[in-house]
Amino acid sequence: MTELLVVVRPGALTTVQDGGRPGYAHLGVPRSGALDTAAYALANRLVGNPPDAAALETTLDGVSLRAPAATVVAVTGAPCPVRISGRPVAWGAPVRLPAGAELEVGRAESGLRGYVAVRGGLAVPPVLGSRSTDLLSGLGPPVLSAGMTLPVGPAGPDPVPGADAYGLPAAPSELLLPLRLGPRADWFTKASLAGLWRAEFRVSAESNRIGLRTEAGTPLVRARAGELPSEGMVLGAVQVPPDGLPVVFLADHPVTGGYPVVGVVAPGPALDAAAQARPGTPVRFLRAA
Amino acid sequence: MRTLVVGAQALLVEVDSADEVAALHAELLRRRDAGALGPVRDLVPAARTVLLDGVRDPAALGALIARWEVPPLTREEGPLVTVPVRYDGPDLAEVARLWGVAPGEVPGIVGATGFRVAFCGFAPGFGYLTGLPERLHVPRRETPRTAVPAGSLALAGEYAGVYPRSSPGGWQLIGSTDAVLWDPEREPAALFAPGVRVRFTEAGRD
Repeated sequence: MTELLVVVRPGALTTVQDGGRPGYAHLGVPRSGALDTAAYALANRLVGNPPDAAALETTLDGVSLRAPAATVVAVTGAPCPVRISGRPVAWGAPVRLPAGAELEVGRAESGLRGYVAVRGGLAVPPVLGSRSTDLLSGLGPPVLSAGMTLPVGPAGPDPVPGADAYGLPAAPSELLLPLRLGPRADWFTKASLAGLWRAEFRVSAESNRIGLRTEAGTPLVRARAGELPSEGMVLGAVQVPPDGLPVVFLADHPVTGGYPVVGVVAPGPALDAAAQARPGTPVRFLRAA
Repeated sequence: MRTLVVGAQALLVEVDSADEVAALHAELLRRRDAGALGPVRDLVPAARTVLLDGVRDPAALGALIARWEVPPLTREEGPLVTVPVRYDGPDLAEVARLWGVAPGEVPGIVGATGFRVAFCGFAPGFGYLTGLPERLHVPRRETPRTAVPAGSLALAGEYAGVYPRSSPGGWQLIGSTDAVLWDPEREPAALFAPGVRVRFTEAGRD
């Protein structure tokens, strides 16, 4: 029988995420998937799940869940207090969740996004091969709400590893994004491109799973007028709207866009850090080859 | 044809017209299906470009593609989808006025147009359909609607499209269809996948 997790407190924005649904951009479907890929993979590893099992992604203030049957969970990503039935337990390590007990994932002490993996993975029905919630196009399971139940899949053969300390990067106090120029860098003046490497932006509170928006830096200046016909967008593309303030595309980014892309931040550690950068965090772009 | 590197894993190929995009996209699909393109995760046609994402060496692939001779598409190339439409849209009279015809003539004009899905976007399963001659291009509505009903056949600029689900929209609505534009259980999930040819028939008539 499938076990169910009951959502006691959904948190500000908690979604089901896995590796996403790449390969459907031509049908208008965003990639989606966990934003901090390393923290998500670690959460699954800690409970003995395959690396692409569906887990929860929380935003800033965690989530509370009740498990009718005993299971094993792990919380990674933004460091936060974790309690089971009111008693503190380890963060970043597998912990046993007894039958009927409540798991409370608290407010992030630093960073933004937490990952809660459950042994067996969340078994919501996949859409186009993925269980990810896609906030841009509304595919996948709904955002968590109180009282909602989440099915848990059968535990796989992999053992739950010991509670060794794992190296986890801290949330960035300054976000440094290596940027490879192109394809539309020529839409900006040479002077403003040169200034990009010195400009200090800040993470805007308007940021979301679609993109990390910036504010307060020196805006990029267009070298040419007119509109760019919509073109395909990649993960990590840095789009520059008419206000000149860069937007870094994250997992739920639209598949096409009509603003010029000045450069691309390679997926991996830099975009994982972007997923954890709180509003107000300084952002600088570093020139990447 | 111009090729532009996009980060470490993607390439943008730029051409001059929607027709050239369609021809390039068809050529890319042909070569990919023949195993002659190398690994590519996404092939995303758009207005004047095709994006190849998830490729190994974008610069080398770009240099290769830049040397291709891409044959123009024939009108009959690509799978054909026929979509029955009721011409009951709230902007039908306005579109007829812009075209300088009577509203009753719109179904015949649309039905005689050979459309092709140029690209998808906006929402899963929303296809941008090209094929309308320039004299039939219509502007968007000055005030977008907050909710366009699912299945609405709409026109804007050089494009026609059908809304797969209810959403805000500024296109001119000329009709409606019961066709299922988007079904994740279906392969492909989008009825209007890029390269598909589309004919609109008047529902209730043959």
